[in-house]
Amino acid sequence: MEHVVIIGNGISGVTVARHIRKNSNKKITIVSAETDYFFSRTALMYIYMGHMKFEHTQPYENSFWKKNNIELKKGFVKSIETASKTLQFEEGDSLQYDTLVIATGSKPNKFGWPGQDLEGAQGLYSKQDLDSIERNAPDNKTCKRAVIVGGGLIGIELAEMLNSRSIPVTFLVRENSFWNGVLPEGESAMINRHIKNHHIDLRLGFNLKEIKSDENGKVKSVVITETGEEIDCNVVGLTAGVSPNIDFIKSSTIEINRGVLVNRHLETNIPDVYAIGDCAEQRDSGIGERRPIEAVWYTGRMMGETLAQTICGNRREYKPGHWFNSAKFLDIEYQTYGWVYAKPRENEAHFHWKHEDDTKCITVCYDTTNNTFLGINTFGIRMRHEIFDRWLTEKRDVDYVMKNLPQANFDPEFYKHFEKDILAAYTNQLQTA
Amino acid sequence: MSLATPDALNITTKQKIALAAGLVGLFILLLAVFNVDFPNRPVFLAISLGLVIGGTIIYSREAYLTKLEGIKNDGTWFKSISSRGVLGWALGIFLTTFYIVLYFFPKYLGLGVDGAANTGLVALFDPLSNLLSGNNASQWFVYGTLYTVAILAFGYKFMLKYRHNRYQQLRTASVMFFQTAFAFVIPELMARLNSDDFSLPYNDLKNMWPLNYYAFDQWRVDQFINAQTVGLFFLILGVVMIFVISPFLTYKYGKRWYCSWVCGCGGLAETAGDAFRHLSDKGTKAWKLERWMINSVLVFSVVTTVAVISTYLGYDSEKYWFTKSVFLISIGVFLTVLLAGILYFKREELNKSAFKGAIGFYILTIAFLVFFSFFDLSQIKINASYFSFGLNQNSYNFDSALRSFYGFGIGSIFSGVIGTGFYPILGNRTWCRMGCPMATIMGIQQRLFSRFRITTNGGQCISCGNCSNSCEMGIDVRAYAQKGENIVRSSCVGCGVCSAVCPRGVLKLENDSMDGRINPTEVLLGNDVDLMDLLNKN
Repeated sequence: MEHVVIIGNGISGVTVARHIRKNSNKKITIVSAETDYFFSRTALMYIYMGHMKFEHTQPYENSFWKKNNIELKKGFVKSIETASKTLQFEEGDSLQYDTLVIATGSKPNKFGWPGQDLEGAQGLYSKQDLDSIERNAPDNKTCKRAVIVGGGLIGIELAEMLNSRSIPVTFLVRENSFWNGVLPEGESAMINRHIKNHHIDLRLGFNLKEIKSDENGKVKSVVITETGEEIDCNVVGLTAGVSPNIDFIKSSTIEINRGVLVNRHLETNIPDVYAIGDCAEQRDSGIGERRPIEAVWYTGRMMGETLAQTICGNRREYKPGHWFNSAKFLDIEYQTYGWVYAKPRENEAHFHWKHEDDTKCITVCYDTTNNTFLGINTFGIRMRHEIFDRWLTEKRDVDYVMKNLPQANFDPEFYKHFEKDILAAYTNQLQTA
Repeated sequence: MSLATPDALNITTKQKIALAAGLVGLFILLLAVFNVDFPNRPVFLAISLGLVIGGTIIYSREAYLTKLEGIKNDGTWFKSISSRGVLGWALGIFLTTFYIVLYFFPKYLGLGVDGAANTGLVALFDPLSNLLSGNNASQWFVYGTLYTVAILAFGYKFMLKYRHNRYQQLRTASVMFFQTAFAFVIPELMARLNSDDFSLPYNDLKNMWPLNYYAFDQWRVDQFINAQTVGLFFLILGVVMIFVISPFLTYKYGKRWYCSWVCGCGGLAETAGDAFRHLSDKGTKAWKLERWMINSVLVFSVVTTVAVISTYLGYDSEKYWFTKSVFLISIGVFLTVLLAGILYFKREELNKSAFKGAIGFYILTIAFLVFFSFFDLSQIKINASYFSFGLNQNSYNFDSALRSFYGFGIGSIFSGVIGTGFYPILGNRTWCRMGCPMATIMGIQQRLFSRFRITTNGGQCISCGNCSNSCEMGIDVRAYAQKGENIVRSSCVGCGVCSAVCPRGVLKLENDSMDGRINPTEVLLGNDVDLMDLLNKN
């Protein structure tokens, strides 16, 4: 019987395993060094905040794996020998495979800052990172201040976590406005204000120079490049993005660049070896406007869904549909459908509307040559994925979208609706423009 | 009551004072239990309830209004009271004991026995009871008052907690209103209408059969019939509620119209019980137990009610419109037609176990009906000591034995002692989930004939588990959401908290057409459209 071995028990690895099981009776083994069972990485923050316990972040009961005949192996893969189709483990044992799926995800970026490996300096990606922050910042007496370096999605989650335990947070962001490489100016500025309203010390346009150690090898303070200011702290969150977690592959014949190089079918240069999720890099170029490496929950899941078909004999190209994503910035939910760039590109324009309470706004991007709707960012107003997906497929024009916005509303019942205000502002802008 | 608010960890001075005020208020009640005779009862009662309510209000304002609007679940699993810690267990045991005393030993609360004047706690409530109904208090009046106070005080707290969410606010205002007006003030005031030749039973209009298991007891039906037009109106309204109003509203809005907007049990669970909602068991074993348990209770309640009614119809038939056999036959025909209709029209939605369960429970019920029609239940004597370890030595007719056992086992022990007493251990909806026969009926309807569902927003779920964690009914909401599948479960009471806590805006409670309401998918929205077409069709 064909043995499919999957390295990594995150959303990508688990999705491919589940779908292979649905379509075949192949032997499946999922290897992980991180945890015994699949858990939702995106929920780590809620454990620290006391909303949930670790077991609640596991989407399947422990009995699920046996019931579905999916074997779980705990172990750290040291190397892959593709000629003999063997995995060598750090623990000394080995495992034979017929088909191999690499789904090892990411690791936090560290840019060679002095002191970046001290106890108390960490990213927030793995279960081990959660254990580490629990150890170093259990309360505001042990951790008198934390400094977070890097203004992205993980940085703001870490800030929210520490805030929940009343630990003062200094948030160093290299850019002059939060996540403004992705978010248009109005949205980014609103999030800046929201962060400050939560009494987080947001420092825009600042870089980390070094992390200083105390006599026990623990974080003592950080120094800021621009001002030379030294900030005392007990924890440093390194959240300047992530990169593929593929160090163990370097010794193998599998071709890598920043990630494991794959073609559109998620195949590597070695037959029967595939890579999916955060660790996979599209060989030629990103698909459509997507980046070659997509470190997003949803894309990992979609690659898993697709690859399972290929492994079960129905070879398929990875062809994701319209881009979508979501996040939550403290109390403000964010969803995006289609493409909205930080700055309108050539032949593009943005319509921006913001509610006076400064917690809700939308940005709609459209093509100025033919008025085609290209995408929307929505903050504080929930919208329907299905509707936008359809409108993007139908290439609706922006007027249609603005007029039919109520159809897309997904807020809970009895919520106040703002579509009229939005439409009025939109119409008004057209007249003055 | 302030005990159920967040832990005394990191609370402000103002909150400490509020907590102290609430505890002093409770302490006054405790002193009354121990027969301290307060000189001016109205004043002390007012002070006591005032401190409890005021303490909770100040505490909650300090807890929520000092922060920005948003989800407020920080530390829920750390606090002793809300994570089955020492405080949680202590509160659970205290509540359980209170219920046991309330149901079985009310004299310890000071209820005057055999016409004696009330003392202790019950006497403390005499002035308020006199003000409303003109009569002295009973243990049930004390309980009703405290119950209402709890719903009002914690309802206020809940509204502050969700002050960004209008669904939660309106829903809470609704349960606060129905508890105060329908369950408490109106029935008490109606008691004023009673005179020597006119008397209505205590009647909470919204409390329908079978949740109200004594709705068709002979004494109650007789009282309604004797109370002329008004009484008849209420009796007929009761029946219309069961067969017309409730099915209609459940079709349009799901069972939430009752369970989380109107019901008193739900009202307490959603307000005072909110701090314990995450404690419900989400495992598949618990779900299995739930299905057996809740359907069995429904059968038990139907059989008991039929036994009680058919017995008094049997020996007293000229007083009523029905004879015993007409009644039994119409029940039998009704159940048969209902089941046949479901099995035929909804055959594709029923899996094997639902099919087997329905048939099994149907045969059991019909067997009882046949048994009732051949025997005169009032002639069958049951000695209660066999079922009560000798505690109760009375001998009962079969129908009243069933009725007493139901009242004791389900009405008192299950819904009260376990259902509410175990809030801090099993979560706040154990009764609603495992025992309530009314919830079973509306649940079957919600699953099969309702426009209500929780819509899952395409492929946006990140499997974080906040929804499942906060589901008081123990539904593993995430299991559906991560498959892009709508949640259509009979047990869902529509509290809307899963939707509120979802960090990605994935869940929405809504009423829409029945088509496409149940939408299992294999590949989620956002992926290759051809792949979705290929796999989602079968």
